[in-house]
Amino acid sequence: MERAEGNVGSPAAVLECRNVGRSFDSYDGGGKNEVLRGMDFEVHENEFLVLFGAGQCGKTTLLNILAGLDMPTEGQVLTRGKKVTGPAPERGMVYQKTSLFPWMTVEDNVGFGPKVQHMPENERQARIKKYLELVGLTGFEKNYPSQLSGGMRQRVGIARAYANQPDIMLMDEPFGHLDAQTRYMMEEELQRIWQKEKRTVIFVTNNIEEALFLADRIILLTNCPTHIKEEYIINMPHPRDYVDPEFLRLRQLITDNMDLTL
Amino acid sequence: MKSFLEKYKYKLISACSFLFVLLVWQLVTDVFHLVSPVMLPSPTKILGTFWYKLTGGTVPDGSTLLENIWSSLKIALGGYCVGVLIGVPLGVGMAWSRKFELFAKPLFDIIRPVPALAWIPLMILWLGIGYGSKVGIIFFAAFISATVNSYTGIRRTSQVHLWVGKTFGATNRQLLFKVAIPTALPMIFTGLRLALGSAWVALVAAEMLAATSGLGYMIQMARMLGRPDVIIVGMLTIGFVGLMLNTGLEKLQKKYVRRGKQHD
Repeated sequence: MERAEGNVGSPAAVLECRNVGRSFDSYDGGGKNEVLRGMDFEVHENEFLVLFGAGQCGKTTLLNILAGLDMPTEGQVLTRGKKVTGPAPERGMVYQKTSLFPWMTVEDNVGFGPKVQHMPENERQARIKKYLELVGLTGFEKNYPSQLSGGMRQRVGIARAYANQPDIMLMDEPFGHLDAQTRYMMEEELQRIWQKEKRTVIFVTNNIEEALFLADRIILLTNCPTHIKEEYIINMPHPRDYVDPEFLRLRQLITDNMDLTL
Repeated sequence: MKSFLEKYKYKLISACSFLFVLLVWQLVTDVFHLVSPVMLPSPTKILGTFWYKLTGGTVPDGSTLLENIWSSLKIALGGYCVGVLIGVPLGVGMAWSRKFELFAKPLFDIIRPVPALAWIPLMILWLGIGYGSKVGIIFFAAFISATVNSYTGIRRTSQVHLWVGKTFGATNRQLLFKVAIPTALPMIFTGLRLALGSAWVALVAAEMLAATSGLGYMIQMARMLGRPDVIIVGMLTIGFVGLMLNTGLEKLQKKYVRRGKQHD
């Protein structure tokens, strides 16, 4: 059985989401509350995939399932052809906010993954140095998260995910709570970081500009239960311009197709 | 002069309240004799008694002030240490393991509302009126606060932090020691301070019932012998030593609990 499931995967995909559904028992005890339905997609090596959709339903649940923190009630998730049965360091997460450990300095936060995996100290220090430099936070090693701005904290979160050198990075609306100006800046930063050290990324957002600025491919989601409505390959070169005619055309196209009934 | 006033403005206000109380006290006792010295001795009289007890006077209870403090501290810290050494791991364990919680919490919930002082009769029955019974009473006083606060502290661990820990490859043990316990540390320290407070309160009560020395015993003897000055010296000493212990723990907390300020 394990073997049969192992063979389902296609070798080119880093991660496959096969017909995943998730329902919760509703609070009144009676029926089921369906959050995800028939989610079927894959992500390829070094691809920047954006899952884009409005509303509050299902996106975090989906990422938790991909991370292995939650189990689907239907379908399965495969990484490089192997079924996901629990969380593992090869799938790194960047969260919305307040995910840094407030009692740890910036360097201890970034070095957390290597530390719990017992990496030798000099190697770990080298990792911390490398990725703090990558996100532009050299000099802030000894600061605590409470001393940093929102944008800087998210950089630490990104450096922490990178420092674990995951096979794939899952990002759950990482810039969702930042102010508009910082958000533009962080989108550019993330693009720069990603160009410099490519990783396979699944990025969740409800912001169309953000999606178009970052994505190689956008999957448009509908609301409650969340399922796939449409897929768009984005071929514009980087860095992208928010007022480029092609950018605006795609923006119009995708927003018109959005399911805005909440 | 002005900068001196500016600098110590708030401390001076606090000092004024103390001086005001002392002044009124002195006026109603030694100056205008409105209150009988048998009911309330004057501040100067109390200061004299304090100096006498501090410099080796053993009347009326048979020990000097320092001997009494030492005797009380031995009991309080003994019971406190045992209470904390059992209470903190118990609280952490109940909060971390669902099975252990199901096993231990109902029992704990029954013991929890029983005041430490209600254990005095049983303790005397089982352990006599020596060191052991008093340590036993203090143990219950300290143990409850230490357990409850450790339990709550661990329970406040953020779900996202646990997710981060898991996705970064932490084992269950690492989640406990690197995520949950650091989250709980400020609460655990609050528990340690509350426990010290309850231990010190229970101590005096325990000593009033069964003792041959100690601050509580000193107060009790002074009451029987009609020495209100010694009673007040005892009360002030209890307050002062309690304050010192609490300040000591606060210093430790500042030193060892890393800047755990939650952001957002």
